Amino acid sequence: MAKITIEFRVNGTPHQVQAFPMERLLDVLREKVGLTGTKEGCGEGECGACSVLVDGELVNSCLVPVLQAAGCDVLTIEGLASNGNLHRLQEAFALAGGAQCGICTPGMILASCQLLDRFPQPTDEQIREGLAGNLCRCTGYQKIFDAVRQASQA
Amino acid sequence: MFSTVGRPVPRKEGREKVTGESKYVDDLCFPGMLHGATVRSPVPRGRIRNIEFPAGLPWNEFTIVMAKDIPGDNCVPLIVDDQPYLASEYVNHPEEPVVLLAHPAKYLVEKARNTVRLDIEPLPAIFSIEDSLAKKQIIWGDDNVLKSFLVEKGDIDAAFAEAVHIVEGEYRTGAQEQLYIETNGVIATANPEEGITIWGSMQCPFYIHKALLKAFPLAPEKVRVIQMETGGGFGGKEEYPSMLAGHAALLAWKSGRPVKMIYDRAEDMLATTKRHPSRTRIRSAVSRDGKLLGIDIEFIIDGGAYATLSSVVLSRGTIHAAGPYLCPNVRIRSQAVATNAPPHGAFRGFGAPQSIFALERHLNTVARTIHLTPDEFRRRNFLRRGDATATGQVIHESLNLEALLDRALDLAGYHAKVKAFAAGNPKSKIKRGIGFATFMHGAGFTGSGERYLQSVAGVEATPEGRVRILVSSTEIGQGTNTMLSQIAAEALGIDYDDVEIQRPDTSQVPNSGPTVASRTCMVVGKLVESAAIGLKQTLVKAGLLLEKYSRPQFAGACARYIAQFGPLKSYSQYQAPPGIYWDDDAYRGDAYGAFAWAVYVAEVAVDTTTFEISVNDFVALQEVGRVIHPVLAAGQIEGGVAQGIGYAIFEKVVWQNGRMVNGQMTNYIMPTSVDVPSIRVYFEETPYEYGPLGAKGIGELPIDGPAPAVLNAIENALGLAVNEIPLLPEMLMEEAGVG
Repeated sequence: MAKITIEFRVNGTPHQVQAFPMERLLDVLREKVGLTGTKEGCGEGECGACSVLVDGELVNSCLVPVLQAAGCDVLTIEGLASNGNLHRLQEAFALAGGAQCGICTPGMILASCQLLDRFPQPTDEQIREGLAGNLCRCTGYQKIFDAVRQASQA
Repeated sequence: MFSTVGRPVPRKEGREKVTGESKYVDDLCFPGMLHGATVRSPVPRGRIRNIEFPAGLPWNEFTIVMAKDIPGDNCVPLIVDDQPYLASEYVNHPEEPVVLLAHPAKYLVEKARNTVRLDIEPLPAIFSIEDSLAKKQIIWGDDNVLKSFLVEKGDIDAAFAEAVHIVEGEYRTGAQEQLYIETNGVIATANPEEGITIWGSMQCPFYIHKALLKAFPLAPEKVRVIQMETGGGFGGKEEYPSMLAGHAALLAWKSGRPVKMIYDRAEDMLATTKRHPSRTRIRSAVSRDGKLLGIDIEFIIDGGAYATLSSVVLSRGTIHAAGPYLCPNVRIRSQAVATNAPPHGAFRGFGAPQSIFALERHLNTVARTIHLTPDEFRRRNFLRRGDATATGQVIHESLNLEALLDRALDLAGYHAKVKAFAAGNPKSKIKRGIGFATFMHGAGFTGSGERYLQSVAGVEATPEGRVRILVSSTEIGQGTNTMLSQIAAEALGIDYDDVEIQRPDTSQVPNSGPTVASRTCMVVGKLVESAAIGLKQTLVKAGLLLEKYSRPQFAGACARYIAQFGPLKSYSQYQAPPGIYWDDDAYRGDAYGAFAWAVYVAEVAVDTTTFEISVNDFVALQEVGRVIHPVLAAGQIEGGVAQGIGYAIFEKVVWQNGRMVNGQMTNYIMPTSVDVPSIRVYFEETPYEYGPLGAKGIGELPIDGPAPAVLNAIENALGLAVNEIPLLPEMLMEEAGVG
């Protein structure tokens, strides 16, 4: 199979990449677009470390062939802050102890983004459900819940 | 009282972590870099007959390394030098590394890894503690015993002669995967002229430094190890990265190009270390009034195929086996035995979660046998100030475990719930229960460990009055950067924002020891505090600074000192606190500088249709000395509790002939956000005289308590004493005699 040209927008910037159609969006973002904030934890869609938003939908970028992102808007962790100002979720994760080792943090923050999009004032149950696809081994999740609650009140 | 300590200052590297700017090793890419992979043994034990490279791949494009290519010793040095970097003649466990490959194209390396054919004549292997003890095959040394200890206090036989009650039990714990979300990975550059540089995910840069000097004929200054941002460790990046760095360096040495090796999840789970499985047998002698007269413990751990850290894991497990109780007569016989599994290794708790699980389950059985409540029985036997532990360590600090227990039970609403559940359970298919565990965890290396390590930490000031901390202690999520900066700022009376920390790089920092054993705050933090005080005194003695000073005065003094004398650095080396003595031969004395003490209470519900277990509430109360950073400290406890709940009821390593067969996150289940209860964390702070600003260690403590607390709660819910973890629903169903 030959490489094809794929066009999409990442964090609002148009990109054109040469890639095999079945290459993982994760690898294209990290190696061709040069954005390494998206992490690989398991490579099988279990841990959510590679979560990004594609046209506003939270996906595991390790399971998405790049072809599927053609023509789409992709949001990665690098696109969340604007003009050096942290997004309210980034602020809250940093202050509330939501990030320890940091490897799940980009995916966790993007999952939280979608959660707050759907439920601007989420209940504890909604927070737990909304983040259930993103694994964290450091925090026991409590400080992540705190961060989401704080951000929802910001 | 303090300006920085005790406050939730922002995490030093927090901003980079929430913006995705932090650089982990896989985020680095060097020009001309090759990708490395490892060909591993498919059999648990055997003799290597031949290594074949079947036609069909451009093998001449590959860098290929075998044992014969190692320029120095084929041995990963640790405690006993028995583990090779690459198997040469014999393999001793599944997934043992045999051949290394590197190529510019990642996909080709992966293909090649699966193409190389290892022709191995299988030899009989053993996979259980029982088979190892029975010497079904001798696979290590003369008798399969990697290490054994004997702790004796009083006269154990006399205790049993005098006992009114004698209670016996057997307790088992399974392996557990550390499951840091960032897998192991390194990049190496290497050549005889410039030496070796390693960038990697790690806990202990100087372990790697030492390991590389064994495999390569290089002077120490020719080996440089740099820790990148590290995505979790939990012990899993204590010793294993030495092996991996060696592999990458061997490929780089032979190819002359940078080599990146990043394990995928399956390789990381199958080939790297896990928590030691254990079997504990306890026999206890109790008086008529519920006093422990004697405890006789046999504690056995499965070390896997090589000695690695098993002796020290065994040591910590042995010393914690008798718990925070006063017992006049104790005997603990312990052994680490070899099996043909990949070596088990460091994992938060380091032997203590295993032996504490056994004791805390056992004490509930004793209480039931002698018709006392679990709390009343423990109350009658707690260690108090002035009492001696099993190794004869006299507790000098103020210690009131009864008060700690009372407070924890109050916070959990324990007594009311015991009554309510007893009343409600008979009418319900959902059985509810509450249970607790009382335990301690020693901070710092065991016994003489810290004296042998002789760790050094330093601080350096700039002319602007900023201070940089120089340690090899790594930030792996637990908060090293932040907590050490707070300690330095407090000691110098300067702003937290004026303190920074040097990225661990063996060419830039002194050896402050490994980042393990709950020692970074208590031991290294104390060294940083002393070094900081030394820096201040240097300025005062030079007549450049008064005892009290402002920020500009401090900066001015630094600038003048540097202009006059050159770099302004201060180092401090470990000295044992006074009165601490450990006898290595008798295995008696002061095992740890200090213990943290805790009572954890778990509430569970068991659905008697599906036998699904849910933990619905969790109270974690601990006395840890001074809390340096309330948010980070609570975060350590919460993370440890979640990991401990996983250990108890979720995380099962399924073994088949020494190989993990569920090496995926899909079927090795760790707790998710819907599985953890609300974890309510409480601290009591009794400042420890020899810790920095009174702090002790907390990193490992929280993994010790959850498993016994949860199983004690399940016993309360079902009236069923289960003494083995992990306890999955299907196993509980079987225990309950259903299905």
